[in-house]
Amino acid sequence: MVRVDGNGGSQSLIRVRGLNKTYSRGGEKIQVLQGLNLDVDKGDFVAFMGPSGSGKTTLLNLLGGLDVPSAGSITVAGDEITHMSGSKLTQWRARHVGFIFQMYNLIPVLTAYQNVELPLLLTKLSGSDRRKHVETALAVVGLSDRMHHYPRQLSGGQEQRVTIARAIVSDPTFLLCDEPTGDLDRKSADEIMALIEELVGKYGKTVLMVTHDPVVAARAHTTLHLEKGVLVEGKASPQSVLAGGAA
Amino acid sequence: MKFRRLIFANLFRKKIRLVLTIGSFAVALFLFAFLAVVRGAFNRGADVAGADRLVVIDRVSIINLIPLKYRDQILQIPGVKCITHNNWFGGVYQDEKNFFPQFVIDPENQRQVFPELVVPDDQWNNFLKDRQGAIAGARTAERFHWKIGDRIPIKTTLYGGGSWEFNLDGIYHGQRPENDETQFWFQWDYFEERIPQVIKGQIGWYVLRVNSPDDAVRVAKAIDEKFANSPNETKTETESAFAAGWVKQFGNIQFLILTIGSVVFFTLLLVTGNTMAISVRERTSELAVLKAIGFSGRAVLFFILTESLVIAVVGGFLGLGLALLAVPALARALNGMLPQLVLEPSILGFGLLAALAVGIASGILPGLGAMRMRVVNALRRV
Repeated sequence: MVRVDGNGGSQSLIRVRGLNKTYSRGGEKIQVLQGLNLDVDKGDFVAFMGPSGSGKTTLLNLLGGLDVPSAGSITVAGDEITHMSGSKLTQWRARHVGFIFQMYNLIPVLTAYQNVELPLLLTKLSGSDRRKHVETALAVVGLSDRMHHYPRQLSGGQEQRVTIARAIVSDPTFLLCDEPTGDLDRKSADEIMALIEELVGKYGKTVLMVTHDPVVAARAHTTLHLEKGVLVEGKASPQSVLAGGAA
Repeated sequence: MKFRRLIFANLFRKKIRLVLTIGSFAVALFLFAFLAVVRGAFNRGADVAGADRLVVIDRVSIINLIPLKYRDQILQIPGVKCITHNNWFGGVYQDEKNFFPQFVIDPENQRQVFPELVVPDDQWNNFLKDRQGAIAGARTAERFHWKIGDRIPIKTTLYGGGSWEFNLDGIYHGQRPENDETQFWFQWDYFEERIPQVIKGQIGWYVLRVNSPDDAVRVAKAIDEKFANSPNETKTETESAFAAGWVKQFGNIQFLILTIGSVVFFTLLLVTGNTMAISVRERTSELAVLKAIGFSGRAVLFFILTESLVIAVVGGFLGLGLALLAVPALARALNGMLPQLVLEPSILGFGLLAALAVGIASGILPGLGAMRMRVVNALRRV
């Protein structure tokens, strides 16, 4: 169950309260998020939409512990991350967050296998255990036969599958997807979305996704719109539609 | 080490750049080793000088001769243990390019004064009995493929000129690798017999040993005072001071070599620092992703420093290895024109340390930049 009114229960997997984020640009203060509330349960699949500059990626960065809020709190699986030190936050990310980026962001000099193995290098798993995990993750995304290919030898859709395999290989608490289909054609985008749906439906993963694409957003359980620094459920405002970012 | 693959994959990302950077290190380290060897060669005299040895020369110049009769007077000075004398012969073997130092020696005392230059007793005894006998250093004997019993003609333009014939009775070896094994010794009596009357009884310089290095200053002063106001005033100094003074004739070699060496290393630092900075900048987004998925800033710094250190170590080993091969070949090619060229372990050790220092210095700034990089900002650049 996803809520944006700040009345969700303490059992929520992700609990955001009064989140503020302010940037300074040329002496001017820009408030991107203004007292945002959010509750996400385990197994939810949420899409965030909104016009460019509305703060979607900022919200994702805050939820993923890549950035710190100006005010408010984020609690994930009982851990409040807003007051964690940089090194604690790094460890927390390794354990709890799987990132899927629009531009894939694979290491070009590593094979698909080696890219997927990267998060596991931070664990105490043995080499053979790492191999099992990597092979499983690549099997889930349907790339067992491409594990020794380099990113340049893969199509865009296949690269994004490798990114997804890298995101799930350490079995994180939730996945953050920033425009996961933004660089793909429609067919590949459908395949990637089918895969993400499978991760949610079959494997019980919690997914939070930023997208501009209403077709992609429609595949999520819930679509939330960022307007004036807060999240709203359901249909977007006419302004958002005109800005090209709403369903 | 489970990060090995990641580090090496990044190292080999741009193979030409990697080869060129390693090559820069190799060339710089080779140059460093070569310069250090040359510096060592010029300082060799001072390095191998006996702390208890003094050299007595004419006060005006070493090319002026001094009387042999000074020997007995010097020996009377308290603290003098033994004394020998030498003359420069200045000949060539067969051809002008076959240069090596020939010295007239005093056979009775040579071995007491220079115990580190070892001649087997049987060879020495044969030499003593042979008026035309000669002893050659091992390197010179090897260079001209001489063996004991060979008849060796040496041409000189000094002492009336002409060709002097010698019998090779022995070969000496230095006790240390730095000892000069290029000299050629022959007997004072044979020399004295053939030189023009006007210079008979005149020697080039004395070398003496004192009972204790503590006596050196006092004895040197006593010798020079003894012959003050005589037709042949003397200048006595320790063997190391004499050797250092000899080197100074060539100019400030030490300063020159230090300057060139510093420029080489500074240039290397700029080259590798720039390379590492470009390399890190090229993969900003990749490093950001590593940090996003849980690699710490320190881990990123470690990867970058390891890369620059691997380049430094490989380049360093290559350059120093090349020097190990080249220095002996160069020493052979120089045919004794310079003092003994020795690539000492300390040079190799210092070279490797210098390479590591440059490796760290060139990787530390880009590494710290990557360590402190904000993931959000770096990802935004993609």
